[in-house]
Amino acid sequence: MAEANTGSTWFERLGALDRRVIFLLIALAVIIPLVVHYTTTIPASRIVLDLYEAVENLPSGSKVLISFDYGPSTAPENQPMATAFTRHCLEKGHKIYLIALWATGPRQSQQLIDEVIKVEFPDKVYGEDYIHLGYKAGNQGLINALLSDFNSMYTSDLAGEDIEGFPMMEGIGTLKDFDIILAIGSGFPGTKEWVQFAGDPGDIPVGGGTTAVMAPLLYPYYPKQMLGFLGGLQGAAEYEAALMNGYPKYRTMTRRASTTMGPQVTAHLVIVGFILIGNLTYLMERRKKRKY
Amino acid sequence: MEDTPILASPLAQTISLWIAALLTLMIFSFLYKDNPAYKFAEHLFVGVSAAYWMTVGFWTTLIPNLMAKLFPSRMGTIFPVAVGNRAEYFYIVPLVFGILLLTRLYSRLAWLSRWAMAFIIGFAAGTNFTRYLQSDFVTQIHSTMIPLYEPTGNIMTAVGRIFSNLVVVIGVVCALIYFYFSKPHEGSFGKAARVGIWVLMAAFGASFGYTVMARVSLLTGRMSFLITWVQSIF
Repeated sequence: MAEANTGSTWFERLGALDRRVIFLLIALAVIIPLVVHYTTTIPASRIVLDLYEAVENLPSGSKVLISFDYGPSTAPENQPMATAFTRHCLEKGHKIYLIALWATGPRQSQQLIDEVIKVEFPDKVYGEDYIHLGYKAGNQGLINALLSDFNSMYTSDLAGEDIEGFPMMEGIGTLKDFDIILAIGSGFPGTKEWVQFAGDPGDIPVGGGTTAVMAPLLYPYYPKQMLGFLGGLQGAAEYEAALMNGYPKYRTMTRRASTTMGPQVTAHLVIVGFILIGNLTYLMERRKKRKY
Repeated sequence: MEDTPILASPLAQTISLWIAALLTLMIFSFLYKDNPAYKFAEHLFVGVSAAYWMTVGFWTTLIPNLMAKLFPSRMGTIFPVAVGNRAEYFYIVPLVFGILLLTRLYSRLAWLSRWAMAFIIGFAAGTNFTRYLQSDFVTQIHSTMIPLYEPTGNIMTAVGRIFSNLVVVIGVVCALIYFYFSKPHEGSFGKAARVGIWVLMAAFGASFGYTVMARVSLLTGRMSFLITWVQSIF
């Protein structure tokens, strides 16, 4: 732990600030807004609106493949995206097919079914409006295989029921039979691989959402190779805002991304403050060294 | 009285909530300094993750996509959907390759695993090469060839698009010039390379900003969970 040297200047003491003080302040910057329910509303940007409009403009009954390529470690960022996509698709009357390239994905899609579909859309029927197909190993090789033959890889749903018995599986032979792919990812394999191995070769519309860390890697694909995407929690909050405008009933419902954007704002202010302090102390120290 | 699955019972929910909360605190304890509680949580996470991936891979891929294809009539209660299907014996090939991968565990036979590895690497390299070439090279070049002026009804939109397109074109060209080392970075060429550095710095800055946002999002998620845990106590 750094010690405050007697006789050292204030900027030297500030420059040697214990990192644990910074951790504590960041923690407080996150906890206090959560406790006092400080939220912010973020208007949807063009890149999010384009994806929203693509889903909105699909005719009712369209087939939407949602891939859960993430796990609990990034659920705070990715799960609100899945919730927003599912709400939108089911409001429009689309059929949603839930799959995963990650072994941890099915747990997240099951959570979505239990907490969103069964609660908010009790009239939707499993096998007719939505289906849970689960995880298959193979990474981008799996996408490649699905592009030529979907049913040879997915012979049953997650519970082991023959997929041929589900009405919504009629007409599904390859990935090209889906009207849109929404890939929610947090790494490899994920959204990028869906663009490379399904969207581009199969000419299938691809959109989705990624963790903020992955977002800069996807910007080059927009707008030619991707309809749009949600970059991190902010992207999810923007999609929630678009959904709220299109479907006012969601103004009073839980919007997880929007509610956790408040701590984002305060934490970023603290970080910006420390960046300014760090630069200021550096400049002051340099000035002092030049002086003597 | 309706039977409740043991893992869905209130007691089980409470115990799992406490385990998750305590493990979260153990991981956070590293922020103060390295300690045995953190080490325990870290090792537990690695072990559980490995076991989870192996188990899920076995039941969702090996059973339905391999064993059920080879021995459909013997699947019985494990995978009843397959019972009655015809056996597809060409799946013996992936089975053999899979077994060859396991020979790495025995030093005398480890060399056999190279055949399976060669197949995996060859397939991945061939597939990835074509896909990366199309999506990340050819199409990306095409995406940079954009009109500098796009007529639209709104003048502000038109100005905005011209500016955006100029940023894309100039940014790509200058960044590429920075990485061209066969000519000294002098004169106008050097100035363009200098602009390229600024473009790269802006990209790195945006990437760093996004990373910070991601980490704060995850912290918010955990803190939100811990608040729920504390509320459950009182």
